[in-house]
Amino acid sequence: MTPAFSFVSFGLAITLSPLLLGVIQKTKAFFAGREGAPLMQPYFDFVKLFRKGGVYSRTTSWVFWAGPIANLAAALLSLTFVPLGRIPAPAAFPGDVFMVAYSLSLGRFLMVLAALDTGSAFEGMGASREVRFSLLAEPVFFVSVLTLAVVTQGASLSEIYGTLPRHMVHQGISTIWLAGGAVALVLLVENARIPVDDPTTHLELTMIHEAMVLDHGGIDIGFVQYGAALKLWMFSALVAGAFFPFSSARPFLEVMGGIGGVFAVAVAVGIVESSMARLRLIRVPQLILLAGVLALMALLWAAR
Amino acid sequence: MTGIVDFLIVLLLLTNLRILGSSRIPACISAVALQGVLLAVILVSLSSEPLWGGTAAFALLLLAVKGVVLPWLLRRAMRDASVTREVEPFVDFSTLLLLGGGLMGLSFLIARPLQVSAPPSTEKGLLPSAFFTLLTGLLVIITRRKALTQVLGYLTMENGVYLFGVSQAIREPLLIELGILLDVMAAVFVMGIVLFQINREFDHIDTDRLSVLKE
Amino acid sequence: MGAILAFAAAGTVAWSGRPMVIPIPWAIPFGSLSFGVDRLSAFFLFPIAMVGGLGAVYAGGYLRRSSGVQAPRFFWFFYSIFFAFLLLVVTARNGLLFLMAWEGRSLASFFLVMVEHREPTVRSAGWTYLIAAHLGTACLLALFILLGDRNPTQDFEGFGVSGREGIRSLLFLLALIGFGVKAGMVPWHVWLPEAHPAAPSPVSAVMSGVMIKTGIYGLLRIMMFLGEPTLWPAWWGWTLVGLGALSGVGGVLLALAQKDLKRLLAYSSVENIGVISLGLGLWLCGVRVGNPAMAALGLWGALLHVWNHAVFKSLLFMSAGAVAHATGTRSLDRLGGLIHGMPFTSLAFFAGSVSLCGLPPFNGFISELLLYGSALAGILQPEGLRRIPVLAVGALGLMGGLALACFATAFGIGFLGQARSEEAAQAHEVSFLIAVPMGVAAVVCLGIGLMSPLAVAFTSFAAFDLMPILPGVIRVGGWEIPALFQRILVANVALCVMLVVLMAARRILLLHRRVEESSTWDCGYAAPTARMQYTASSFIWDILAMARVLRPRVKECRPLGLFPRSARLGTEEQDIFQRLFYNRLWRGIERCSDRLRRLQEGRNQIYVLYLALTVLALLLWKLGFSQ
Repeated sequence: MTPAFSFVSFGLAITLSPLLLGVIQKTKAFFAGREGAPLMQPYFDFVKLFRKGGVYSRTTSWVFWAGPIANLAAALLSLTFVPLGRIPAPAAFPGDVFMVAYSLSLGRFLMVLAALDTGSAFEGMGASREVRFSLLAEPVFFVSVLTLAVVTQGASLSEIYGTLPRHMVHQGISTIWLAGGAVALVLLVENARIPVDDPTTHLELTMIHEAMVLDHGGIDIGFVQYGAALKLWMFSALVAGAFFPFSSARPFLEVMGGIGGVFAVAVAVGIVESSMARLRLIRVPQLILLAGVLALMALLWAAR
Repeated sequence: MTGIVDFLIVLLLLTNLRILGSSRIPACISAVALQGVLLAVILVSLSSEPLWGGTAAFALLLLAVKGVVLPWLLRRAMRDASVTREVEPFVDFSTLLLLGGGLMGLSFLIARPLQVSAPPSTEKGLLPSAFFTLLTGLLVIITRRKALTQVLGYLTMENGVYLFGVSQAIREPLLIELGILLDVMAAVFVMGIVLFQINREFDHIDTDRLSVLKE
Repeated sequence: MGAILAFAAAGTVAWSGRPMVIPIPWAIPFGSLSFGVDRLSAFFLFPIAMVGGLGAVYAGGYLRRSSGVQAPRFFWFFYSIFFAFLLLVVTARNGLLFLMAWEGRSLASFFLVMVEHREPTVRSAGWTYLIAAHLGTACLLALFILLGDRNPTQDFEGFGVSGREGIRSLLFLLALIGFGVKAGMVPWHVWLPEAHPAAPSPVSAVMSGVMIKTGIYGLLRIMMFLGEPTLWPAWWGWTLVGLGALSGVGGVLLALAQKDLKRLLAYSSVENIGVISLGLGLWLCGVRVGNPAMAALGLWGALLHVWNHAVFKSLLFMSAGAVAHATGTRSLDRLGGLIHGMPFTSLAFFAGSVSLCGLPPFNGFISELLLYGSALAGILQPEGLRRIPVLAVGALGLMGGLALACFATAFGIGFLGQARSEEAAQAHEVSFLIAVPMGVAAVVCLGIGLMSPLAVAFTSFAAFDLMPILPGVIRVGGWEIPALFQRILVANVALCVMLVVLMAARRILLLHRRVEESSTWDCGYAAPTARMQYTASSFIWDILAMARVLRPRVKECRPLGLFPRSARLGTEEQDIFQRLFYNRLWRGIERCSDRLRRLQEGRNQIYVLYLALTVLALLLWKLGFSQ
């Protein structure tokens, strides 16, 4: 595998991630029997947003616009460590999963502060919920990735994912799927998908991420949404890599397989969103707890 | 082959979580039924030789009793006694899940030293899963209010005991198992009848209200 | 003001003396009192000199502006003594001297806590502190008596236990309790959140930043005397990891519940001590199972965190002090909007918060990454204690998330949004003397974060006596440590570059467009007021509700009737350890001492009798056992 393909996959992630949102929307529209927005709609939105000026509240300070920027920068940085399918990421070192998680945390920290910067009660509420759920999701994410590390004896994400198909053959899929399931639940939590948070709702009492960015507009909200798309891509790649044991000797096929996996996860998310109602807020910690128990089970199973 | 057994056992563990975490009684009953089916399938997939008549017959019996008859009985009891569908545990579900996770860790911990005495050919995940199923059953019995859910806990526990037998030696305890199975049948029958009677007398089957009788 | 000069002098002495003594351990015998600086001492001297110096400069500005401190001279006197004893503690090479320095340091800091002694809360905090410190010292006394059993001079060089495992374990336990009290590990932390906020802010900075670290220093120093590391029993490591996880999660949960800014910081010190002891525990476990990568990374992570915490916690305390100074309140629910009035202080607090949450590219991230690396090395080993590193990772992850929540509250509620009170709205920026130390500390935070390979190299050098191994030898997942940290350095720099590029992009995009100002949208509500904002209590309410035992007590007065008068909802939080454990303990002790009071008759004869009996008993003991 030449490093060129790593960069190709990184470039694809940067360019194709908004499409992921379009695919989810299309899937949902399909199940609802609607025509739905065109697949390229997220791109149109970005073009529109990046052409706008801005309106800023008098209460806000530099933190307000630094939030989206830090969020996007953190997402870009973490993306460089996430492999696509079996193709190693452009950068990798042992324990890079912690780098990924902590730089995502940096983005989240600044987004939360940006929300609090407006002094709006709604955004405070959204921020409070955001930190509450993500603080539970983080250990779950760590434990599930570490389980995969135990199975594959790899130390970096690229090493882990690169050898997964071989280990699926040798040790069975149960551990890997359990860990992958836990990561999938973390995906739903971290990316504000339906059983946790409804990205389309505008009912203040139920929303989390939407509530945090109520006051952001124009370029800032563009940054937020692009960061969210990258994050979704990242988690989809991690889930897809654990679930689909696709592996090929030819790099081109690898790239196609990896992208196919990511979009398959997007379709799955769309199906989940169409078939489930949003959970009551008090049930969300239970969902994360369930993910935690799954991850723990995978770990115990791997180390039995 | 181990891959498949692995997968089945993991499914079994997941049914345990389902029993712990579900808030509806019908869902719990289905989970217990699924557990019975899984047990039968595990038994079949564990037998190394071409399917021996006895094993096959026993697996079929298991499937019939645990997968079909007992759930059917429970559903009927539920309908007859007009039990509401909510589980109503004493502790909330998050705590239950946490406890479940803790018990899982514990069962893997205590299974480790016992692993040595087991025959080397057996699957390593069986023993801890047996413990976990057993402990889940106990936890369900302890934390649930309704008599019906306690029966479910009892059944789960029994599944654990059975799995334990499987993990220790694959074929010998068939006869014993047969006995246990009959016992369970009888016990569930009795409980069903008692439930029905209690319900007729008191109009509800909350066991914690039975404690009034102690005076 | 002359004292400032004295301080600068003290600081520079330590400063210039340092490079001289780092490479070669040397000792000047001075009667039975000997000083010396070896690698470990030098490592601890750095933050002490730095934070002490910064604290002194800060205090110069802090006291000048007629604060609540009534007696500046009193303050300076004890501050200098405190500082001197702190230096002495880490340089003492003799058991007796060490104990004296330890005790002197405790007493000096007690007086510093009591500077604002007119307030009853401060007085009670002071007494709690004094009692806790002495209980800890009692353990240390026993420890040194046992250690010095065959070593009449009590010199550190002569220590070294070759005895049975039981004795060594007893020593370890004594050290753990004695130093754990000072460090503020969880079951013994109750004095800390009382004493640190009560002291004037420069003192809080020094106490939280470096004084509690001397507990860690002491523990490490004693570990050096406990024989061959590979022979240490496995449960030492477990205990430390367990205590670390407990302190970490407990400390940050309690910190989350606080509304007083300085109390919040004090509890977060408990958390960071937890992180450090977690690292030490990983070290011991790694040594035990023969996994050098796990051991070394755990120890280095713990040591580097000692530094990092010293810097960012003193930074945070200094900025909190500046806020308290400017607004006259430390309650988060009365602050807010300070970023407009005090931009520099806000930036400093922001830098401290990001470092404390262990977020890249600041320094906290590096030490946490070392600890994660240690756990990873532990998990990747084929057999052995894999439970411990998994527990460590889980605990660290949870702590990270909770710390993020905690400092999102502290910074977001305290400094952002609209001012919640008149004082906060009128807040003005601090004076130059106060700003300089904060700036220096913030720059050091970022500097350590961006120069991680250097920091790791230096830490490994300091730890050489405990763990004779170099970073180049250690491998995690096939990578040598220096290469690994170079990669992390690249990642951190890349992050900074991306931030700058995106900022520039935004600036350029907005250059020729209309940018307006208006009020916060707030879902269309036309007249938002400061009282409608989320407060600290509401922000953390849901999070605390998940940890049910910690839920604050609610005092509420619901609106009643058709025309409700006024409704009120208040919350109050209490340390669960205090409530469940110590209050009962004190009540028990009170009962016992009531009984003992009968001994106190008030007649001279009786007292003489007691004396005589004691002497007799001692004689009997000495003679009866020494043949």
